[in-house]
Amino acid sequence: MSLKVLVTCKRVVDYAVKVRVKPDKSGVVTENVKMSMNPFDENAVEEAVKLREGGIAKEVVAFSLGPKGNQDTLRTALAMGADRAIHVETDVQNVQPLAVAKCLKKIVETEKPDVVILGKQAIDDDSAQTGQILSALLGWPQITFLSALELKKDSNKVKGVREIDGGLETLEASLPVVLTCDLRLNVPRYATLPNIMKAKKKPIDVKTPADLGVDVDPKLQVLSVEEPPSRQAGKKVENVDQLIAELQKIGAI
Amino acid sequence: MISTRLAPSLRSSVAVQSQSFLYRSQRPLSSHRFLSSLVVAEHDHKSLTGGTLATLTAAFALKGEAVDVLVLGKDVQSVAAQAQKVNGVKRVFVSSSPHYEQFVADLLTPSIVQLQNQEKYTHILAPASNFGKNLFPRVAALLDVSAISDIVQVVDGSQFKRPIYAGNAIATVKSLDPIKVITVRGTSFDKAPVSNGSAEIVNLQPASGLDELSGKITWVSKEVTKSERPELTSANIVVSGGRALKSAENFKIIYDLADQLKAAVGASRAAVDAGYCSNDLQVGQTGKIVAPQLYFAIGISGAIQHLAGMKDSKVIVAINKAEDAPIFQVADYGLVGDLFNVVPELKEKLASKKA
Repeated sequence: MSLKVLVTCKRVVDYAVKVRVKPDKSGVVTENVKMSMNPFDENAVEEAVKLREGGIAKEVVAFSLGPKGNQDTLRTALAMGADRAIHVETDVQNVQPLAVAKCLKKIVETEKPDVVILGKQAIDDDSAQTGQILSALLGWPQITFLSALELKKDSNKVKGVREIDGGLETLEASLPVVLTCDLRLNVPRYATLPNIMKAKKKPIDVKTPADLGVDVDPKLQVLSVEEPPSRQAGKKVENVDQLIAELQKIGAI
Repeated sequence: MISTRLAPSLRSSVAVQSQSFLYRSQRPLSSHRFLSSLVVAEHDHKSLTGGTLATLTAAFALKGEAVDVLVLGKDVQSVAAQAQKVNGVKRVFVSSSPHYEQFVADLLTPSIVQLQNQEKYTHILAPASNFGKNLFPRVAALLDVSAISDIVQVVDGSQFKRPIYAGNAIATVKSLDPIKVITVRGTSFDKAPVSNGSAEIVNLQPASGLDELSGKITWVSKEVTKSERPELTSANIVVSGGRALKSAENFKIIYDLADQLKAAVGASRAAVDAGYCSNDLQVGQTGKIVAPQLYFAIGISGAIQHLAGMKDSKVIVAINKAEDAPIFQVADYGLVGDLFNVVPELKEKLASKKA
């Protein structure tokens, strides 16, 4: 059997960047700021490519929704091993997970993958929703926050270990399935230079939300963005006795 | 950025408003959609979680006509009895089924959507715990609305504040949807008191089709840490360890200090990834969010992603060998030193003061 895997990736401000709020409070500064593939999506792409390398999947299709710059992210996915990519191009800001999932649903209807893998959360909006929404819209089972995945050849079931508040739980789902992954699922590979060169020749199919009949105008608007309450700098203590004294003084212990 | 989106958004918001105005005026008085909320309870079959009690406070902050609770599980009488006693709750809907026992999101969703279609709430809320995050986007999807994740403040019935970029920015968002599906950050709202409320208990049949659904998604097993220590997200004191602990055996000094302080134990992602402790201890952007009275960050450098999970703590103490570790920028008290000396010394001195 040979599965088709659809994997999503989002272009976000790099995780190491110290994000700054714009003075006009309309958002965060993204000009001249390093952009990267969302870390959880790297795990998703890695898992998809591993499935193909393991002979369980025959094709890995990468997907991204966003402005033209998202093609950089798709090229990275292609360099990591995805076979081809689909870019749903839009300049609309703050597109909600519901709209992304609706676009994905249309792509799923054409591409007919057996597995859709997403990162569990995007580190910019921290919504952690798209996978679950897609699963509900498609009527497919979901296994989210995966830290381990077992998908055997010629099986129509997948077993996933997921992280829950108290520890770990194992679920089994029948295909087709929507999966979202945590960082602990795998170690994403670096794209090697030869693969980056090869990736330039892999196709990226560009569509618009209108092509898919999806309205991506956000129904959840961002009115303003502000700094969080700041913490004042504290003080250094020389030794444990001083620390205990300070904490007792404020009644913390 | 906002100005270029204003025209179409205004159009769609006016369209939604006029739609709901027509909807109201055409319907008989008895079914006007006042602001009313449903809180989907998270529990362990014995009692509601702290996050659910905080979510109830957020629901009350909406100042609506009614707040109801939905309890789904296998044998949930004691949970329902507790929910009944929260002052301000109007009705507690209870639905029991073996299919609900393990809180598999796919199996819980139909009941919530069914109740929504019956009662027509304007707001549906759940804690932004692993349970709520896993479940609520499904509910929103089936109601065709955008879910609002992890709110830290209710501005009004359609405006909320929520953290973005690992809490380095707070966004004020406005929902144009007729139903708001919301998950609530537990550390941002006080727990609603369980006292002398007397809500009505209403029993519901489980949703149909669960046998068939459970063929597609089956719960197999779970591994949860059993601990006598306080629960991480609601403890007064948290002692957290990072990668500098170097091994799972060494992590014992974190547990020892925590036990001396009767504290909960947390960890950085790096410590969990390295296998020093289990994943349910992880504090951070994609782990647990905590805001205790006192947080010890031991051998934790203070990466943005860890800070996201603990920077609302009242007092932060950092113990780290590197004096330029970013954690010292948020710590109220910083001790530069070798944790392998400092932490046992701290524990011993605290123990002898008690004696």
